[in-house]
Amino acid sequence: MEGTEDAVLLRAVALTKQVSSPEGTLTILDGAALAVARGETLAITGPSGSGKSTLLALLAGLDAPTAGQVFLDGVELSALDEDGRAAARARGVGFVFQAFHLLPALTALENVMLPLELAEHAEPRRGAEAVLAEVGLGARLGHYPNQLSGGEQQRVAIARAFAARPSLLFADEPTGNLDAATGARIADLLFDLNAKLGTTLVIVTHDAGLAARCARELKLAGGRILGTAAAPGVAIAT
Amino acid sequence: MKPLAHSLRSFAREWRSGELAMLLAAVALSVGATSAVALFTDRVRGAMEQQASEALAADLVIESRDPLPARFEAAARARGLATARVTFFPSVATTATANQLVEVRAVTAGYPLRGSLRVADQPYARGAPTRTLPARGELWAEPRLFAALGLAPGDKVRLGASEFTLSRVLDYLPDQGWNFVDVAPTALINDADLAATELLGPASRVSHRVLVAGAGSAELKAELEGQLARGQRLLDVRDGRPELRAAIDRAGRFLGLAALVAVLLACVAVAMAARRWARREADAAAILKCLGARQRTVLAAYALIVLWVALAAGLAGALLGWGAQAGLVALLGDLLPADLPGPSLAALPGTLALGAVVLGGFALPPVWALGRTPPLRVLRRDLQPQLGALLASLAALTAIVALLWWQARDPRIATLVLGGLGAVVGGFALVAWLALRALGRIRGRVGVAWRYGVANVVRRGRESVAQLTAFGIGIAVLLLLGAVRTNLLEEWRATLPADAPNRFLVNVQPDEVAPLAEFLTAAGVAEPQLEPLVRARLVEVDGVAIEQVKLADPRARSFAEREANLSWRSTPQVGNRVVEGAWWKPTAVGGPEVSFEVEIARALGLELGQTVTYDVAGERVTARLTSLREVDWDSFKPNFFIVFSPGALEGAPATYLTSIHLPPERSAALLDLTRRFPSVTVIDTDVILTQVRDVIARASLTVEFVFLFTLGAGVLVLLAAVQASRDERRFESAVLRTLGAKRRTVLAGVAAEFLTLGLLAGLLAVLAAGSVEWLLAREVFDMEWRPDPLLALAGAALGTLLVGVTGLLATRAVVDHPPVETLRKG
Repeated sequence: MEGTEDAVLLRAVALTKQVSSPEGTLTILDGAALAVARGETLAITGPSGSGKSTLLALLAGLDAPTAGQVFLDGVELSALDEDGRAAARARGVGFVFQAFHLLPALTALENVMLPLELAEHAEPRRGAEAVLAEVGLGARLGHYPNQLSGGEQQRVAIARAFAARPSLLFADEPTGNLDAATGARIADLLFDLNAKLGTTLVIVTHDAGLAARCARELKLAGGRILGTAAAPGVAIAT
Repeated sequence: MKPLAHSLRSFAREWRSGELAMLLAAVALSVGATSAVALFTDRVRGAMEQQASEALAADLVIESRDPLPARFEAAARARGLATARVTFFPSVATTATANQLVEVRAVTAGYPLRGSLRVADQPYARGAPTRTLPARGELWAEPRLFAALGLAPGDKVRLGASEFTLSRVLDYLPDQGWNFVDVAPTALINDADLAATELLGPASRVSHRVLVAGAGSAELKAELEGQLARGQRLLDVRDGRPELRAAIDRAGRFLGLAALVAVLLACVAVAMAARRWARREADAAAILKCLGARQRTVLAAYALIVLWVALAAGLAGALLGWGAQAGLVALLGDLLPADLPGPSLAALPGTLALGAVVLGGFALPPVWALGRTPPLRVLRRDLQPQLGALLASLAALTAIVALLWWQARDPRIATLVLGGLGAVVGGFALVAWLALRALGRIRGRVGVAWRYGVANVVRRGRESVAQLTAFGIGIAVLLLLGAVRTNLLEEWRATLPADAPNRFLVNVQPDEVAPLAEFLTAAGVAEPQLEPLVRARLVEVDGVAIEQVKLADPRARSFAEREANLSWRSTPQVGNRVVEGAWWKPTAVGGPEVSFEVEIARALGLELGQTVTYDVAGERVTARLTSLREVDWDSFKPNFFIVFSPGALEGAPATYLTSIHLPPERSAALLDLTRRFPSVTVIDTDVILTQVRDVIARASLTVEFVFLFTLGAGVLVLLAAVQASRDERRFESAVLRTLGAKRRTVLAGVAAEFLTLGLLAGLLAVLAAGSVEWLLAREVFDMEWRPDPLLALAGAALGTLLVGVTGLLATRAVVDHPPVETLRKG
């Protein structure tokens, strides 16, 4: 255990999420446990309503579990308050969303600068310019999201996700809103950057092709994890 | 992330999105309405102080019955202030054949220090301002002296041991006084000639004044206050016209409260726009949090945007107010002094604070909720920032109370206004709601476009009631004041009998009573009645000094403090009705009795059986209150608040007055009259009535002008409501068009909606204005009220146009939005 702990970046223990509904308490996620090694690429797949998004939300600290724990880089996220979890995200987590989620009021450059500023990076502008150049948008720094195509917007989102050099990147259906060709190019970009920067990647997707490009796939059904939940050589503490 | 930089970027980018522009407009309107009133009132107050200085002919006056030592002037000059001396005393001007009581006024160079004299070359000619003074040996006099002594400019007249040349006619002296029953005309001479007249004996009734003017007069006053000898007193502008100052303050407060109606309506627009803005910004707030921004950071970023809105709105509002106060000044025209001081920036900080309160109370709660947006919203769009209803209502209530307090500055008035406003708004809202219910019933009987439109008005019930109330109140006030300005006063004047008195004759001396009555009878005036008038000051009530009597009513306080006009009669004047107690018997024996007008008695807290003591030229007269009267002031007969039983005022110095009806064809008799009775002053009631009507008309125009802001606020509420329903409308329009409705049909439906809303608002306003007008006619003017179809038409047209056009313009873009785009987005 001790020897492998450094290798584990993200660990979930007996993660349960319940919500109250008119029909009584609904269990969306039921005792999920998993461990993700540093640098690993993991796909979380499963049908609609299987609990994928809920698992992602809990792993990223966007929501608090009903029971269980989440550790990010050894820090127990589930024990922090919302601001504490926000600070942890600012330090080491990036996001790519299906709906891009760029701030419409900000230019491409300003959107990418945002995580750098939140992490109190010394030179946010230079860092943002560099990463935008890397995703091929060096010439469109001053464009607003509504002046960019869907594929371009997702490139900006990817640039924003990698800008602060996070140790962990969550992607929620990153190609879901794009046509097949654009989606494939976006996926290439995501994996290229991941490989180059050694980022740990957790992708929630329906797309079997995208899942297949990950080193490991975790299948969810009815709020439970099917099959192996740990990376090879990494133990899951329960 | 730096919230400051982020907020600036967002503000610059988003202010055109509509919600921020709406917030900005609503706050700017609030600041504009209140700063217009504040700036305007401030200017009028400034002019009033200027005039008060003019009425003293100085900023500060030191007055005494005994000659004043030179040290006062020395102290003033040491502070760099201008000084002059004035000596007043009554004396007699004589010629070889006649003499006349005059008020001699001997002045030194510099007089008057404030305002200026106007002089003419001929009696009763219009004078021109002058900075010169009578040279030695010259005397300037009021026209009445020329008339009384039968003199022309250039003739000689004697004052004591000196002879003077009557060189010019005094048309106006700034410190003449306001009392039109001053008996003696003024004779102005140079101070250097005073000693030679030998009139200043030790027993003469002299008033010595040192006038002081300039910046630093207030400090001089403070310095001198402790050093006055017995009989010396200081007068400054504050002693000038306290009742005028109070009246201006009251008018300012009233206009401020009128502006507050616009502010409160604008608050509704602020709340709607802020809520919608916060909803739209929820995604961005969630992303920021997801990227690691703390709650505090998000909150700060959005609160700062609100601050930028506040600053921009404050600036725009101040500019709007600046322009609007110029409009108010233009409307009041020559009712205001020509040399009105310019607007001062000092009035603005308060109104900017008001803008902050409006935003704080109505825009910050949604922003606060924005700071608490769950970051999970990035994955689950259905999670909305929760706006605590309790927090929002508390903030709004606090803001409203603060606004009221700021405008009313008195808890009693604030409560009254809150209650009154609540009742008016509640009444309007109730009638609007009832009208909407009735409307719901007829929608089945109209065509498809109208059904769609009417259905929308009914379905958006809450918003519709808010809009109806806002427009209803604004239009009602405009209609009502318009009617008062035109119809009511005209109609009231038409109710006056054709032979109502049209001239007042005042300043009739006791020895002129009999000859004047004879003269009037000869001129065709039936039974002229001359009423005595005695000036006196109330000194005691039931033996208690008036200073110790508590008077809450400011009107009573000012009435008690100034000289009152007393009269006596054996029978009540025509049109007077005794409502309490009984009028004295002609043969009554026993002590003096007095009758008070009922309202002033109530204000003074007087009850039957109490005694009042008046100081009549140094003599104390005490009488028992035995009756209270209602007085018909529209009779244009001489009437008095206070009437004594005959004999009580015997021996008191009295002048007489009367009112007569003189048909225009016989107005030549007036010329004769002024020639034969030169000291009698003739006042034309037509002139007074025209002036009164002018004042009322201008005053109502002023209030109407302020209520234009209310209509502006109504437009903002409408726009905010359209904006809030934009997505819904877009969707509806898309569905209708997909179902095969033509663009024109959808537009007709929207038009039907806003025309209905506008027509209802107009009718509501007509109903309200008509009711108040009916009440006014019955209770104030005592006449039949006739409904005015023009008023109804104007109200309905104004409402339909205003709401219909604004609504249509605001929703056009929604209808024009391609339906496929809307439906694809869901």
